[in-house]
Amino acid sequence: MRYSFLDQFSDLDSFIHRLDPRTKLVSCLAFILAIVLTPPGRWQVFLGYFSLLLILIIISKVPVFYVLKRSLVILPFVVLVSLFIPFFKEGEVAGSYNLWLWQVSVTYTGLAILGNVVTKAWLCVLGLILLSATTGITDLLKGLEGLGIPRVIVLILSFMYRYIFVVVDEAMWMRQAWHSRSFGNKGLRQIKTLGNIIGSLFVRSYERGERVYVAMLARGFDGKVRTLHSLTFRKADFYCGGLWFILLVVTGVFLW
Amino acid sequence: MRRTLVYSPCGYWGISMVEAIEKAKAIEIENLSFSYPDGHQALKNITLTIYLGETVAIVGPNGAGKSTLLLHLNGILRGNSVVKIMGLPVEEKNLKEIRCKVGLVFQEPEDQLFSPTVFEDVAFGPMNMGYSEVEVRERVAQALKWVGMSGYEGRSSHHLSVGEKKRIAIATVLSMSPELLVLDEPTSNLDPRSKGALTKLLKHLPMSKIIASHDLELVRVLCPRTVVIDGGVTMADGETTSILSDYSLLKEHGLAPED
Ligand SMILES: Nc1ncnc2c1ncn2[C@@H]1O[C@H](COP(=O)(O)OP(=O)(O)O)[C@@H](O)[C@H]1O
Ligand SMILES: [Mg+2]
Repeated sequence: MRYSFLDQFSDLDSFIHRLDPRTKLVSCLAFILAIVLTPPGRWQVFLGYFSLLLILIIISKVPVFYVLKRSLVILPFVVLVSLFIPFFKEGEVAGSYNLWLWQVSVTYTGLAILGNVVTKAWLCVLGLILLSATTGITDLLKGLEGLGIPRVIVLILSFMYRYIFVVVDEAMWMRQAWHSRSFGNKGLRQIKTLGNIIGSLFVRSYERGERVYVAMLARGFDGKVRTLHSLTFRKADFYCGGLWFILLVVTGVFLW
Repeated sequence: MRRTLVYSPCGYWGISMVEAIEKAKAIEIENLSFSYPDGHQALKNITLTIYLGETVAIVGPNGAGKSTLLLHLNGILRGNSVVKIMGLPVEEKNLKEIRCKVGLVFQEPEDQLFSPTVFEDVAFGPMNMGYSEVEVRERVAQALKWVGMSGYEGRSSHHLSVGEKKRIAIATVLSMSPELLVLDEPTSNLDPRSKGALTKLLKHLPMSKIIASHDLELVRVLCPRTVVIDGGVTMADGETTSILSDYSLLKEHGLAPED
């Protein structure tokens, strides 16, 4: 089985794809910071940032629809976390409802905070999706390393990326084996089997980890991690990074 | 026991004959026993000498101890007696040098290819050896050329076929230019065509080879000498042609179908 759902469009070619991953990482981080630092309720600023990002998406040739669809995936989590804010925040009451025994009321400040949290999270996710859609995982990892992230962390991330597919495959096979043996079993029995599957998936991953470590030892690994540096920071990176930064600040300040 | 002495290309001319014979022993194992931590004894009194330039098959049924034996060849496992590789005892202080000389290709390429791209996997060994960047790149290019996979540097290994993965796995040790190539079941899970291609590739590699397998076809084509082990014990050691024609021996050790 083959998957490439993690960085699906990263082998397109566009101006943005060709930028140094470090430029893109820092720009993305700056974008997220700018959003987080914007006070709640400044909708015009959020709109400004959204337009900036939209321009980048169009330049990058990544389908806008794909980015939007992708960004929806994260929303349930954000909404779930922030759904209760309007009910617990004190302030002017926007509406009051009788729910069986309780009386619950929604406040305006609460609603504003909810809108703020969801908007910010969504914009940040859009930025990250654009980053991952224009940068292959390998380049991203190299970029992280180039920015001074400890090599061990980069290595862990790279193992995660390398073996997630293998583990997913194993899980699929086990699920198939389970389904082909367990028709008619419902309820508690089924949950028990699921537990077994998760358990043996864990054991398998652990054993795989040991075998990979042995394979590393066999090729002279001694705990020290070495890499070749192959990133090139070009003039275009410098100008683009600078321009992006200025645009962020200008948007933030003028639409305040 | 049959003994052939084949001098490696670099040669030992100018050294006294005694020394040459001493050096030409690629592997010396004497009365090696090994038990896994859970108490299971996987190797019992194995004695085996392999000379430089030889290609030797280690055959035996599943669970015979083949993989366990191979893991002793570069010090990943260590049993009760000291194994010698090219005259060097396998000890902590020699490990680095030995792992440079012995290229171990594991049975499952999925375990050997752990980097995001083919290039990084093939470069991993040379980088640990401390070569310069130029040299590492040269070695990667050369190793990929040997296995016929030039141009795959940027690919990620989970997108490759099993046959391609096996080739890359071999390239990951060839890039360290080992004097001894050790392969654990190189043809498992391969379709006949990939198997044919891999056999041809292995035949063309000049260094000494040790191949653990129960693929007798492969053994017949590649290895003049065969060692049979079963239950962690050496059962036979000799010319491949005579061992493979001993049908009752093969049947006894699960290498030929019962009928
Ligand atoms: N990590 C381990 N712990 C305990 N026993 C093991 C381990 N690995 C292998 N064994 C046992 O050692 C024996 C030899 O295994 P192995 O060398 O893998 O055989 P082969 O490669 O010939 O199929 C088997 O009986 C196996 O169950
Ligand atoms: Mg084995």
